[in-house]
Amino acid sequence: MIQIEKLRKAYKARGRTVTAVDGVDLTVDAGTVHGVLGRSGAGKSTLLRCVNLLERPDSGRVVVDGRDLLALPGGELRRARQRIGMIHQHFGLLSSRTVAGNVAFPLEVMGVPRAERAARVAELLDLVGLTEHARAHPARISGGQKQRVGIARALAGRPNVLLSDEATSALDPETTASILELLRDLNRRLGLTILLITHEMDVVRRICDAASVMRDGRFTESGPVRDLLLRPGSELARGLFPLPPPDPRPGTTLVDVTFEGDGADRPFVSALARTHDIDVNIVGGSVEEAGGTRIGRLRIELPGDPSANAAPLEFLRSSGLVVEVRS
Amino acid sequence: MTWDEMFPLLRQGTIETLQMTLWSTLFTALGGVLLGVVLVVTDRDGLLPLAPVNKLVGLVVNVGRAVPFIILLMALIPVTTAMVGTSIGTTAAIPPLTIAAIPFYARLVETSLREVEPGTIAAALALGASRRQIVVKVLLREAWPGIVAGLTVTVIALIGYSAMAGAIGGGGLGDLAKRYGYQRFETGMMLVIVVLLVVLVALVQMLGDHLARRLSHR
Repeated sequence: MIQIEKLRKAYKARGRTVTAVDGVDLTVDAGTVHGVLGRSGAGKSTLLRCVNLLERPDSGRVVVDGRDLLALPGGELRRARQRIGMIHQHFGLLSSRTVAGNVAFPLEVMGVPRAERAARVAELLDLVGLTEHARAHPARISGGQKQRVGIARALAGRPNVLLSDEATSALDPETTASILELLRDLNRRLGLTILLITHEMDVVRRICDAASVMRDGRFTESGPVRDLLLRPGSELARGLFPLPPPDPRPGTTLVDVTFEGDGADRPFVSALARTHDIDVNIVGGSVEEAGGTRIGRLRIELPGDPSANAAPLEFLRSSGLVVEVRS
Repeated sequence: MTWDEMFPLLRQGTIETLQMTLWSTLFTALGGVLLGVVLVVTDRDGLLPLAPVNKLVGLVVNVGRAVPFIILLMALIPVTTAMVGTSIGTTAAIPPLTIAAIPFYARLVETSLREVEPGTIAAALALGASRRQIVVKVLLREAWPGIVAGLTVTVIALIGYSAMAGAIGGGGLGDLAKRYGYQRFETGMMLVIVVLLVVLVALVQMLGDHLARRLSHR
């Protein structure tokens, strides 16, 4: 649904050139939720704004829903944008208009007749659960409600794609959860493809099917969330599982073991202890629901140096577990 | 002077002052909003960056603001004559008043427009709005309370300017104050004119504040 190839975008700021996006390739399949995770300044916002050409990339290709956006003339680009919804961290609502007026705005832009507009606005407000606030002004409603208005407005043009620019970053945790749930629900019910950027690991964990980690304008890893979490050395996994930095004691081997789904139920620790007759010390660990599956990571300590533990490590690997030796 | 002598003069003077102020306000509102929009839209980060236009309009506005009104008034006499056929009377005061007030108001409009959240404009662009739609439905609409508040300030400045224009041949309360209060030492007349002007300015301010408050939903 979204294909980005070799995207580059640089800025000149005070005489210096800053490359915000430095050759990014990204494919988002139809009906999936893809998250780009990164710190501020990583270039993810610029990347997102290049998808509907709010920023024009210096080079590369942007294809959304089969249309090569960089090849479109002005008028057609505007029509293409009407089919690409976007929601924003600070909502971007018109303070002078009511909730209903804000949702009507894109319909006016598209030239939808007045009577049809009213019906569509009612439908959209119902979809996001804001019918009773239709006549309120944005200043009178909460942040979560503002983002719901933003979502209703973004869906007015019946888009196939929704771009989310840190949509929950200005919201408290409970409101964040309800907005993410709404996005997940829209993704499932309408088949909406969502590309979101965030600096919150939790957003990726809750709703993303696939994710990319961005740093200094590039993706350091990218793929289905499940695959990334099971990949040794994954930054995403390190961020998701709250284990402290490894601090191995001399004469021991510190191992991170990552397992999926029913692996969580298999007693590999006791099996390891029994079959190799060693004392396994559990240092830490957690199990998370992410990418549509359950994935856990356990940090265990084995007696003896890593070189002395070849057989136990091989045992873990052959049990289908992802093993990372941290010492 | 008795009140019966003063009254017809004051009535006529007030009407002339109102005429000068209202007409010049009308033209200033149109011209100021137009130039304010041009200044914002053609700016480097604007919707339609056009450096030459932006620089030119900026220069015109700055020059207009730099020249003291009393000098502008005299310097513009040929322009006024060409526009309205005479350089004295209430009508002749309107072109210099307008030309003096437009740059002043254009800067106030510009400031209000710049206060519109960039995120709101970006959101409208992302929804496929055209530049014209953004100017009309986003920029002007969102900045409307500030544009009205700026016009209030401008109208009050225009009342002040109109007294100056009046004193050099434009009629109105300024002319009365000069001829009776200043040249004939009619202290009573002077006092009444001052009170009239204070009341006029207070009324304009109240009306402007009320409108701006009603328009704002922030």
